[in-house]
Amino acid sequence: MLRFVVRRLLQVVPTLLLLSVLVFAWLRSLPGGPASAFLGDRATPERVAELNRVLGLDQPVWVQYLRFLGRAFTGDLGNSQITGEPVLSEIGRALPATVELSVAALLIAVTLGIPLGYLSARHRGRPLDVATVIGTLVGVAVPVFFLGYLLKAVFAVELGLFPPSGRQSVGIDATNVTGFAVLDGLLTRELDASWDALTHLVLPAVALATIPLAVIVRITRASVLDVLGSDFVRTANAKGLAPSTVRGRHVLRNALLPVSTTIGLQTGLLLAGAVLTEKVFVWGGIGTLLAQGIEQRDYPRLQALLLLGALVYVLVNLLVDLSYAIIDPRVRLS
Amino acid sequence: MTTTWTQRRKARIDDLAAGRSLGSEAWRRLRRDPVAISGAVLVGLFVIVAVLAPMLAPHPAAQSFPELQQDLRPGSIPGPRTGFPLGSDQLGRDFLSRMILAAQQTLLVGVLATLIGLAAGIVIGAVAGAFGGWADTVLMRVTDVLLSVPSLLLAVSIAALAARPSQTTVIIAVSIVSVPIFARLLRGSMLAQRESDHVVAATALGVRRRAVVLRHMLPNAIGPVIVQATLTLATSILDAAALSFLGLGDADPARAEWGLMLAQAQAYLDVRPALAVYPAVAIIAVALGFTLLGESLREALDPKGRR
Amino acid sequence: MPSSRRLLAAIAAGALTLSLAACAESGRDAGAVGSGATGGTMVFGAPGAPDNFDPIFAQDGETFRPARQMFDTLITYKQGTSDLAPGLATAWTPSENGTVWTFTLREGVKFHDGTDLNAEAVCFNFDRWFNLPNAAAQSQAIYYADTFEGFANNQGETAGEPVYNSCTAQNPSTAVLKLNKAKGAFPAAFGLTSLSISSPTALRQYNADQIEQSGDAFTYSEYATAHPTGTGPFKFESFDRTANTITLVRNDDYWGEKAKLDRLIFKVIPDENARKQELRAGTIDGYDLPSPADWDSLKSEGFNVLVRPPFNILYLGINGKNNPALKDLRIRQAIAYALDREALVRNQLPEGAVVATQFMPETVDGYAPDTQAYAYDPDRARQLLAEAGQSNLTLNFYYPTEVTRPYMPNPTNIFTALAENLRQVGITVNPVPQPWNGGYLDSVTVSGNHDLHLLGWTGDYNDAGNFVGTFFGRPKPEFGFDDPALSAQIAAADATVDPAAHAAAYEQVNRDIMAKYLPAVPVSSSAAALVVRNNISGVVPSPLTDERFYTVSKG
Repeated sequence: MLRFVVRRLLQVVPTLLLLSVLVFAWLRSLPGGPASAFLGDRATPERVAELNRVLGLDQPVWVQYLRFLGRAFTGDLGNSQITGEPVLSEIGRALPATVELSVAALLIAVTLGIPLGYLSARHRGRPLDVATVIGTLVGVAVPVFFLGYLLKAVFAVELGLFPPSGRQSVGIDATNVTGFAVLDGLLTRELDASWDALTHLVLPAVALATIPLAVIVRITRASVLDVLGSDFVRTANAKGLAPSTVRGRHVLRNALLPVSTTIGLQTGLLLAGAVLTEKVFVWGGIGTLLAQGIEQRDYPRLQALLLLGALVYVLVNLLVDLSYAIIDPRVRLS
Repeated sequence: MTTTWTQRRKARIDDLAAGRSLGSEAWRRLRRDPVAISGAVLVGLFVIVAVLAPMLAPHPAAQSFPELQQDLRPGSIPGPRTGFPLGSDQLGRDFLSRMILAAQQTLLVGVLATLIGLAAGIVIGAVAGAFGGWADTVLMRVTDVLLSVPSLLLAVSIAALAARPSQTTVIIAVSIVSVPIFARLLRGSMLAQRESDHVVAATALGVRRRAVVLRHMLPNAIGPVIVQATLTLATSILDAAALSFLGLGDADPARAEWGLMLAQAQAYLDVRPALAVYPAVAIIAVALGFTLLGESLREALDPKGRR
Repeated sequence: MPSSRRLLAAIAAGALTLSLAACAESGRDAGAVGSGATGGTMVFGAPGAPDNFDPIFAQDGETFRPARQMFDTLITYKQGTSDLAPGLATAWTPSENGTVWTFTLREGVKFHDGTDLNAEAVCFNFDRWFNLPNAAAQSQAIYYADTFEGFANNQGETAGEPVYNSCTAQNPSTAVLKLNKAKGAFPAAFGLTSLSISSPTALRQYNADQIEQSGDAFTYSEYATAHPTGTGPFKFESFDRTANTITLVRNDDYWGEKAKLDRLIFKVIPDENARKQELRAGTIDGYDLPSPADWDSLKSEGFNVLVRPPFNILYLGINGKNNPALKDLRIRQAIAYALDREALVRNQLPEGAVVATQFMPETVDGYAPDTQAYAYDPDRARQLLAEAGQSNLTLNFYYPTEVTRPYMPNPTNIFTALAENLRQVGITVNPVPQPWNGGYLDSVTVSGNHDLHLLGWTGDYNDAGNFVGTFFGRPKPEFGFDDPALSAQIAAADATVDPAAHAAAYEQVNRDIMAKYLPAVPVSSSAAALVVRNNISGVVPSPLTDERFYTVSKG
C-alpha cells in the first residue's frame, strides 16, 4: 500500500511540470491581457505596450516561463496582477471558503442522494421513482444563477430565513483561526460567529449540491438495480436470509462501489461548479478568484490556481483509488 | 493518468456494449412502457415544432415591431397582447416566434453534434475493435484522456479556443465530447462480436476481413450505439445551451437559441421572468424527452431488465 | 443595526441561540450605537474592490469611491454638478497666459495623522507626483500622466514633455504652481480625485512611492494598502479581504461640515442580482449601479433610485483603415442616418438618457447646439450608399461582452438594435462579440482590425478637451482616422486660455466634426444611478460619480 502511494506521488511531479508548460502557453495565447484589463476604456496602444514592458510581458514566452519556473522552485508563485498580493496568500484565504462550501454541498448530496437513489430503485416504475428521475434531470439542467436567484428570493428576501449572500454579516467580528468560519467560531467560543457563518452557508450549499445530488441519485439507483438483478442476491433471497440482511450486507454494500467512485469524481467537479455558485452568492472562495482572474487576465493567479487544482485532482483520485481497496476486497493495489 | 474511476467508467460503457440488437421483443416492451411513451411524445412534439418552425412561427426571429417597441422600456417589457401571444422580448421582437425558431436551432445543433460525434466515434471504435493491436491501444489511450475530463469543461475549453464563437464551433465542441463514448461503446461491442459464432464462421469460410467487419460485425454491434445516441442528444442539447449561456455560443444575437435567450434573460428576472422560464423549461423538457426515451430503449434491450 | 436584528430574529430557530446571539450582538455594537439624524453605520454595496487606497495610483470608480471620502482636492466639484467649488483651496487664480496658478489654502486644516495642511504639504504632493521614481509607479499614475503629460525622469515612452515646472510655498497658505504650458484641462483637472492631497508625514513614513514590480505584477506600498492619510470627512479603518469590506470612520476633526454617519462600510458585491437581493433582504443600505432594468421595480418597492445626470458618450466607432469603403464620408453619413438612436434610447437606455448630437454631453462648455443632425432616415441612408456605389456593403461589427459601462448598460442589446438598423438599409453585418478584457479592447483600441465598434467615455471633469481631445486629438487605431487639420484645430482650442474663447473654439470643433469629418457616430449619453433604502438621506448623485457621503444620514 505504502509503495503504491509513493509511486503515485512520484508520478505527480512530471505531470505537473508538463501541465505548467501547457497552462503557461495556453494563458498567454488567450486574446486580451492584463494591460488592457487594467486600463479599461483608457487603453491606448502606447499605454498597453508600456504596461506590458514594465510587467515583462513583452519578453518571449519561454523567457517568461523560465522566470516563472525559477521563482516557483523557491516557492514563489508570484503576485496577483489585480491586487498585488502574493497569490499563495490569496489562495490560502479563499481555499477554506471553498472547501467549507464544497464539504457542505457534498454532505447534502450524499445524505440525501444515496437514500433517494436506493428508494427509487426499490420502488422502480412507481410514482416516487418517476418523480425522482424527473427531479434529477431538472436538477442537472437548471442553471445555478436561476436556482440561486430563486432560493434567495424565497428564503432570504421573502421569508428572511437566511442571509442572501456573503460569508459573514457586517458587524460580526469573527476571529480568524483556520479560515473555516463555522469551525473558527466554535474554537474561539464565538458561537454567534459560528451560527452566522452557518446561516450563510445553507443556501449556497443547497444550490451547489443540486448537480452532485442528481448524479448520486442516478448512479445509486442504477447500481442498486444492477445488484438487485444479480445472481448472488437471488441466491441470498432464495436461501431465506432476512430481507434486511440481504439489503444491508449484499445489496447496499455492493451498490455503493460505483457510488463512491462518483462521489470522488463529483468532488473534483464541485470545484468547477463552485465558480458559478460563488458568483451568485458572492462567496469569495477559489471560484471567485478564478472568475475574477479570467475576467482580468491575471496570469500569475491563474497559473497558480490551475496548477494547484491539478494537484488536488490527482490527490483526490488517489484517495478514491485507496477507498476502493478498503470497500472492495477484490481490488488489490499493485 | 489512468485511474480506477476512469476504468470503472470505461467498464460501464463496455457493459452497455453487451446489450442485444433491437428485436421485436424489445419493441413490444417499449410500447407498453409509460416512460418510453412520455419520452417519445416529448421528443415527437419537439421534432415537429423544430422541423415546421418556419411555418409555425408567425414572425421572423430578428424582426422588431414598432407596436411592441412603443411600450418597451429597460424596466418594462410588453407582455402578451393580440398578435403576440407570449409578448415581447427585451428588444421588441415576438417572443413566441423566437421560442419556436429556437427549437429548430436547438435540434440542428443537437442532431449535428450527435451525428458528427457518432460518425467519428464509429470510425475510431470500428478501427480499434476490428483490428485490435497497436491501433486499438493508441486510439483507446486518446479516448481515455478525453473521457477523464468532465464533459462540459471539455466543451468549454474547445469552444474557448476558437478565435470567433459561432454555431460551428459549438457543434464541434459538443460533438468532440461524445466521440470517446461512442468509440469505446462500439469497440466493446465489436470485441464481443469478434468472438461470436457467426463471425468465427464467416472468417473460417474465408470471407475477407473487410467484408466481415462491414457486413457481419458492424451491423450487429451498432445497437447499443444507437441507444447511446439518443441519450447523447439530450446531453448535447444541454451542453450547447450551457455554451451559449456562458457566451461561447452563436455570435449572432439576432438568431434565436434557448441557451442564449436564457443567458440574456438574467437581467430581466424581475421585469419579466417569463423570458427566463420559457427557455429553461423548453431545454429541460427536451433533454428529459430524449433521456426518458434513451433510458427506456436501453432497458428494453437489456435482458436483465425483464423482471 | 436593524438589518442584523431582523436577520437574527428571522433565524430564531431556538430561544437559546437567539439570546446568545443577541447578547453578543449588543456587546459588539456598543461603539456604534445611535440612530436618527446623526450617527449609525451605512453599509453600501460596491460592484468591485479598490485596487489600492493611494489616490495617485487610482484610475477606476471602485478605487475612487473610498478615496473621495478620505481625501480632499485643492478644488472640488459642487455636489451634484461638474461646476468647480472651493476645496482645500479657497481661491485660485491663473496668470494671464495660464502657466502660473496661485492657490490660497484653507486655514486650520489637519490631516488624519494630526499634521497641518499648508502650502508646503501641497507642494510636497506635487513634487512627489512629478518625481515618481520608477516605471512601475509612473505607469500606474494614469490620471497624472494624462494631465501633466510627463515626469521629472520619464521611464516610459508614453510620457512626454512634463507640463509641471515647480511648486513653491510662498507662505503657509499660498502655493504657487508653475507650468511649462497652458492647458484647457486646468483648473477643472485640479479636482481630479487622483490629485488628492496626502499627508507628507504619512507618505514618508509608509514609503508611499514604493510601488514595485515583482515577477509580473505590481506590489503597492504600505501607504497604499493600509495607511491612506488625507484630510477628508472619513478616516480609513480597515480593509477586510475575507469579508470584502472597507470600513471608514468619521473624522471628528474635519474642517468642514462633519460627517453624520459614525461609520461607512463599503461591501464589495460584484454580482448585480446579489446586490439587489442584499438590499431587499436588508443586509445593505444601498448600492451603486443598479441595472436600468431594475429601476422601476426598486422604486415600486420603496427604495430611492438616485439618477446621475448623464456625463458620458457612447459612440459607434468607424474604422476606415480596415475598410477603405468607410473612408468615404457619404458612407459614414449613411451609417449615421441608418441608426434609429431615438428608439434605442427609449427602448434600451434608462430614463435620463439622451441621444447624442456630438461627442460630448450638453453640460460641457463647448457644446454646440447647432451641429448637423442625423435624424433617423433609412431612405436617405440607402440613397447615400447607392451614390457611393456601396449598396452591398459588408461590415465586421465588433461589440463587447462580459461588461457593463455607465454609457453602455447592455452592450448586446445595443449592438442588436443598431445592427438591425444597419441591416434595414442593406448593409450586411458580421457580428463579432469579444469579451471586454478577453480581446475586445485589444482588437478595437490596439490592433484596429474592426470595421465598426461600440465604445464610449465617461468624463473626468468639465472640459471639452477631455472628450473630443481624447477621441480625435491625435490619430488612434480605434478610428483609423487621421486628419492633421482637425488635430491642429483641437490643439489650438485646448491652448485658448480665456474661458469664453475656449468654449467658442470647441463649439466650432464640434460643428466641423459632425459636418465635415464624422469619424464616428455619437449615439447617446446615458444615466447611471445609485439606489438607497428610504431611511437614507443626503446622497447627492453626481455626474462625475463624485458622491461624498459625509452629507448622508440614516434615519
